[in-house]
Amino acid sequence: MSEYVLELKGITKIFPGVKALDNVHFQLKPGEIHALMGENGAGKSTFIKVITGVHKAEEGEMYLDGNLVHFKGPKDAQAAGIAAIYQHVTSYPQLSVTENIFMGHEKVKKGRIQWKEMNQEADELLKQLNADFKSTDEMGTLSVAQQQMVEIAKALSMNARIIIMDEPTASLTKRESEELYRITEKLRDDGASIIFISHRFEDMYRLATKVTVFRDSKYIGSYDVDGITNDDLITAMVGREINDLFPKPEVKIGEEVLRVENLSRTGYFKDVSFAVKKGEILGLTGLVGAGRTEVVQTIFGIEAYDSGRIYMNGKQVNIKKPLDAMNLGIGLLPEDRQLQGLILDWGIGRNITLPVIGDLGNKLLTNEKKERARAKELAERVDTKAVTLFDKASSLSGGNQQKVVVAKLLASDLKVIILDEPTKGVDVGAKAAIYEIMGELAKQGYAIIMISSEMPEILGMSDRIVVMCDGRVTGELMRGEATQEGILEKAMAKTQKTTEAVE
Amino acid sequence: MEKKGFDIKKLTSSREASLAVVLLVLCAFIAFRNATFVTPKNLNNMFVNYAIYMILALGMMCVLVIGEIDISIGSTIAFSGMSAALILRDHQGTPTLVAFLIAIAVGTLCGIVIGIVIARGKVISIIATLGFMNILRGLTYLLAKNQWVAAYQVTEGFKSFATGKYLTFGLINNLIFVAIICYIIFFYFLKYTRTGRKIYAVGSNAEAAQVSGINIDKVRVMVYGIMGMLCGLSGALWVSLYASAQGDMASGIEMDIIAACVIGGVSLTGGRGSVVGVLLGALTIAVLGNGLPLIGVSQFWLDAIKGLIIIVAVILNVVLQRSMDKNNLKRREI
Repeated sequence: MSEYVLELKGITKIFPGVKALDNVHFQLKPGEIHALMGENGAGKSTFIKVITGVHKAEEGEMYLDGNLVHFKGPKDAQAAGIAAIYQHVTSYPQLSVTENIFMGHEKVKKGRIQWKEMNQEADELLKQLNADFKSTDEMGTLSVAQQQMVEIAKALSMNARIIIMDEPTASLTKRESEELYRITEKLRDDGASIIFISHRFEDMYRLATKVTVFRDSKYIGSYDVDGITNDDLITAMVGREINDLFPKPEVKIGEEVLRVENLSRTGYFKDVSFAVKKGEILGLTGLVGAGRTEVVQTIFGIEAYDSGRIYMNGKQVNIKKPLDAMNLGIGLLPEDRQLQGLILDWGIGRNITLPVIGDLGNKLLTNEKKERARAKELAERVDTKAVTLFDKASSLSGGNQQKVVVAKLLASDLKVIILDEPTKGVDVGAKAAIYEIMGELAKQGYAIIMISSEMPEILGMSDRIVVMCDGRVTGELMRGEATQEGILEKAMAKTQKTTEAVE
Repeated sequence: MEKKGFDIKKLTSSREASLAVVLLVLCAFIAFRNATFVTPKNLNNMFVNYAIYMILALGMMCVLVIGEIDISIGSTIAFSGMSAALILRDHQGTPTLVAFLIAIAVGTLCGIVIGIVIARGKVISIIATLGFMNILRGLTYLLAKNQWVAAYQVTEGFKSFATGKYLTFGLINNLIFVAIICYIIFFYFLKYTRTGRKIYAVGSNAEAAQVSGINIDKVRVMVYGIMGMLCGLSGALWVSLYASAQGDMASGIEMDIIAACVIGGVSLTGGRGSVVGVLLGALTIAVLGNGLPLIGVSQFWLDAIKGLIIIVAVILNVVLQRSMDKNNLKRREI
């Protein structure tokens, strides 16, 4: 019998082009709550999927109770008593709580589903968890916290002995989190071993006895919670050296261009205020789900805001749709450029001139010659590597596609350029080129808002950094005073929200 | 907010009840204007004429619940009905039951082929079934060499099925009885069997269904197979009811069937739909089709009214869903 209920040795998982996990280790003792921490993209989620049999690791071994196991799929992991509680993927919103709990392992007698028994057992499980809803309620009408309870009940109904919780407290209120702590401790006392992923220090201190840290797909270390401080942990999570060079030019920063005040959208973000000046690069960072993308999409008019004000050049403006924002001189480079930024089947030239098509030619017909000349000029400004302007956008690499989207933005007369994760999924060379373009744009006097999860990029390119956490702005740092540790500290909620949900 | 959320929840859960009330009011209104509507003879006629619609609505519900659509059903009905009719014409000794089985087999086969094209071929269902709508309609004409199978060519036994009451020993019309049996089977199948629940799981969240080990493609093919089977049955019933088979029979029926489902609360985005709701939806279509001409509403108005009701039902669905989503968002505290 092994000392560990679950042990993973030297796990390496490769996705096309990236090493998602690089020689990772993990040890889980029976009856232990083990926290797993790391930045966005550190490899936590992939690791969980390896354990639950969704992904197959290229290298490494996994032991259950000291025995080597190979999972062919999620069913094998379930049969071995491993259950994962993801946030959304696994629920059926239109079906009842009972069905969500029992889907895949219904109670059947002679081919007939035993609803009465299942409802009864579900109600018992819910009672154990102190839930305030019934087994016959529809899943979609429950709150996130309640849905999580259903997921936990599901794990219990499968007699899971290893339960993995992926950021379970991310969208819970303080009271709901307390409830979850209580349930988690009870599960542990009943003999389950628990892996708890969270961005909150409070969760870890409150529950875990051990904490394992991943960084950049690598295993950094496992520590006793009693013997580690916040600072130590943060260092472990971001302790990389920044040696990339960022071509950040010295730009004279001018007057304020865009300002948002107390911008709020129910359920997404609240009281967000910041301003950006001419020639300035404002870094907007935070962990995934902090509400960064939602804020800029609201500024750009894709989504409506519930309260707050937006000012352009000191004058309050009313942005209801993207066209309003564009007319005011705000441009957005969306995160998913294939989905929102480019028409892949079109040529590069056509893509670039799309936003200004109305200005090129008369009311009815476009002036093709003028259009081509304009596209050529813009494509050269961002140094796109394509044979001709007629090449389809889909034929370009990720980095070059990004450049085309930037060129498209430049086509219209802009004052503010918002870039949402501009270097996501592009290679190192293209990254450098995009940084250069950003610097160039700042020099030309554009005000730039850059959303990024990559710490080196934020530190290297921004004049000022705004940090968000759970839908709120938690800090603003100047270029000189920002450090990786300082940013991460602000991006991770140390304390729970103080206000209770108004129900 | 609590109170409003509660009301909406109650309203959606008792959707069937509110639809039943609307249906009763509609019936009362028609009966008040023209008393012949509630005579046993008229009601019997209505049920006999719309039994096929009611049967088809069950299959369409399954298709909609998995988030797909099938607009080829009219052609499948014609193709399988014509197959049975031709056999009856050319082999007068064919027993009625055999003719039925042939139609059902042909329909099921068509459905499975459609399902495979959609599930394995990854063709969007509306496009795939649009294609099959034309393919099967064309095949129907080819099969019959562009001729009718007229009343005198269909066996007496087969024709009398639609008018007889022998399945229930004289109690109710055979067509109505078949429809009732279908409703009982589907109620049990969808509520009490694992396979039935899988249909809902796939429609509600296909990704989650896959993670919990459900073979999504298999469920899709099965659902189209079921739809095809009901089309085959309906094809035979159609030939029996109208005592003839024509190349253009049942064309355009898919819209009435989809309408019945939508009125009955089946979600076009999948995951939601109940047998009771579909029964009420199909009854609504039947009452409109039978009752409105009785109170002097012309055929053209009938179509417009049906269309209007579908749009109202869909908007109602969307509005309810949206306010529910909004309420759920409010519970998220930032």
